[in-house]
Amino acid sequence: MGLNILAVDDSRTMRDMLALALGEAGYTVRLAEDGQDALDVLGDFTPDAIISDINMPRLDGFGFVEAVRRIERYRATPILVLTTESAPELKARARAAGATGWIVKPFDAPKLVRALQMVAG
Amino acid sequence: MTHAPDPLADLRSGFFVECAELLERLQDALTELEAAAEDAAATDPEVVNTAFRAVHSIKGGAGAFGLTALVGFAHRVETVLDALRDGAIRPRAEDVALLIRSADHLADLVSAGAAGTGAPDPAAGIEAGLAALVPGPRPEAAPAGTDAAHDNRPWQVAFRPQAALFASGNEPLFLLQALADLGATDIRCDFAALPRLAALDPEDSYLGWRLTLPATRRGAEIGEIFDFVEDVCDLTMERLAPARPTTTPGTERPAAVAETPSIRVDLDRVDRLMNLVGELAINQSILTQSLSEGGLDAHSALAARLETLTGLTRDIQDSVMTMRAQPVKPLFQRMGRVLRETAAALGKPARLKLEGEATEVDRTVIERLADPLMHMIRNALDHGLEPAEERRRAGKPAEGTITLTAAHRAGRLVVELGDDGRGLDRARIRAAAEQRGLIARDAPLGEAETDLLLFRPGFSTAGGVTDISGRGVGMDVVKTAITRLGGRIAIRSEPGRGTTFSLSLPLTLAVMDGMVVRAAGQMFVVPVAAILETAKLAALDRRSFGAEAALVRLRGAFAPLCDVAAALGMRTAGQTGAEAIAILTVAEDGSRTALVVDAILDQRQIVVKPLRGGFGRLPGISAATILGDGRIALILDPGELARLPGPGTGPKQEVA
Repeated sequence: MGLNILAVDDSRTMRDMLALALGEAGYTVRLAEDGQDALDVLGDFTPDAIISDINMPRLDGFGFVEAVRRIERYRATPILVLTTESAPELKARARAAGATGWIVKPFDAPKLVRALQMVAG
Repeated sequence: MTHAPDPLADLRSGFFVECAELLERLQDALTELEAAAEDAAATDPEVVNTAFRAVHSIKGGAGAFGLTALVGFAHRVETVLDALRDGAIRPRAEDVALLIRSADHLADLVSAGAAGTGAPDPAAGIEAGLAALVPGPRPEAAPAGTDAAHDNRPWQVAFRPQAALFASGNEPLFLLQALADLGATDIRCDFAALPRLAALDPEDSYLGWRLTLPATRRGAEIGEIFDFVEDVCDLTMERLAPARPTTTPGTERPAAVAETPSIRVDLDRVDRLMNLVGELAINQSILTQSLSEGGLDAHSALAARLETLTGLTRDIQDSVMTMRAQPVKPLFQRMGRVLRETAAALGKPARLKLEGEATEVDRTVIERLADPLMHMIRNALDHGLEPAEERRRAGKPAEGTITLTAAHRAGRLVVELGDDGRGLDRARIRAAAEQRGLIARDAPLGEAETDLLLFRPGFSTAGGVTDISGRGVGMDVVKTAITRLGGRIAIRSEPGRGTTFSLSLPLTLAVMDGMVVRAAGQMFVVPVAAILETAKLAALDRRSFGAEAALVRLRGAFAPLCDVAAALGMRTAGQTGAEAIAILTVAEDGSRTALVVDAILDQRQIVVKPLRGGFGRLPGISAATILGDGRIALILDPGELARLPGPGTGPKQEVA
């Protein structure tokens, strides 16, 4: 516990929900509004895991994950993508980009924490 | 100001606020697509993407709050937008129109969700239309896996990561921990594939595990653990094939602070601040007045400080006002929907052109503008626009254009609603007014005066009542609503070219221009918006009917006289002095009354303080204000004052 989490979503409601759920579970949370914003955050915040939405303006989730994987110190950082569908092609795309796993929306706090435990302990 | 400690409720209301923004964004994008489809231009993928993301975010949030109808419908719309985005379909104008109607329905579902009422059904044809656009909708999440109910065979799981598992950021240790949490026993590591150290590639995978899990565990539970890695490991689960994870409903009530560039503040907090600033302004003016009465030198340092304080107070007041201000855009967009539905019902093609949507005004004004605007749009479509055939004959495009604009002018909000229809038929208006006895047969009326007949109660030119704007609700209702807001309404019309209604509204309802008057030694305020003219009573043509009733001729018509002091029971009628002033006012219903007061003292901006608590409802009084000298002045409601029974015929009104 006490892990640092970066949560990226362009929806304010989603960001609020993530912050609440993760904060309650004892994680330290930083939020970003899209992939571009998240890359900026990664300059001064080193998360133990990243949760990112896929559909976002400026830089979407796939592009963001690919970019993160190109940064040496984040090569093995667990990244979970948030998706509303569990379609296989979506998972394949996320995996190809370098995602560690996915959380299918809607999620609740226990599901979120379980997914994080699966990838970050 | 107390706050229920329920973060989830806050989130929920935050979600609906966000939905409003998302719906607005969707509407904007669809409007752009509409324009592109009409010009047969290529659709901008970024615009489609924006629309998609808006619907997608609504769907995501709706799922979190269990709004299943909203999730379902949003999914259908999203599927179409996704196909558009992929270039699988090229939108025609009618497809975009369908999407716009779908957006309307999404808005309905959001409203129903916010109100906690049942989800409405979409209008006929929407669902079928959406389904027709995309053959074979994308499947939603696969159904949850099922297990044999009473299987007592334990699970045998074999798991061997591939190198790609590590590359994806997964860690077998955590998976094993999760399996141990499920009661895994007999965990064995298979290191037979491990090479000698010299041949070992640190980024390759050589280990595998075998373990046993209790029979009581469901396959789905175990499968969930491998959900992220099933494509990057070799996995066997004996007894049942791995199944999809199931979702379990749960609650979360945590507290953490989100980082956002803006904050949301409860309206009542802003109102409280507004109220306090009003008090500050009043106290500051009391201070100024008493210091100047005390003989303060206007050139002293104290006077200069006071001047600065006055300026600061005004600045604070202005900035609190802007906090309550909102752009008119959401209101205007709602009108787009009114127009579409009305146009469809009337069978008159029409489009709405918006200008100045970013113009900001107090949210109370926005809220109270919705009904009048809606009524005016229906009127414009029903009466203003000609049928398509008639328009073609007149050489106009078959599709009518309604233009809705907003702008700030001279410290007021000016909203104009124009159509490119046939223009007002003044002969017909006049004939209808004569027939209904609203004007005398020989009354000399100019064009502008004729146009204003539209706002008279009971006026109608409609031969038959239509569903749209008939049924006895006329423009007088619009006028009433606008007047109540402290607004004015004007008409410009050109035969064959169209009609424009122009509304001029105050930017806020918390301050207003008031004329401070005196009657029987008391101060009162008459709203300047209601005043047409002032004149010395003695100079007017006056006809008395007994001791109580009298009329005066002002602006070419007779208006009833109402002695303010007498109407409020402060003196008996007929005691007005030689210097008495008549103030011709117009009430919300258009009726005119000449208020009689002893003197006009001042005209200034006043802070409106509602009368609450023990005052109850004072007839003829709308609110109160505090003057610069600290005295309280009641704000008169001219229309109601005129309807009060006279001092001789009814109970006396006690006034403080």
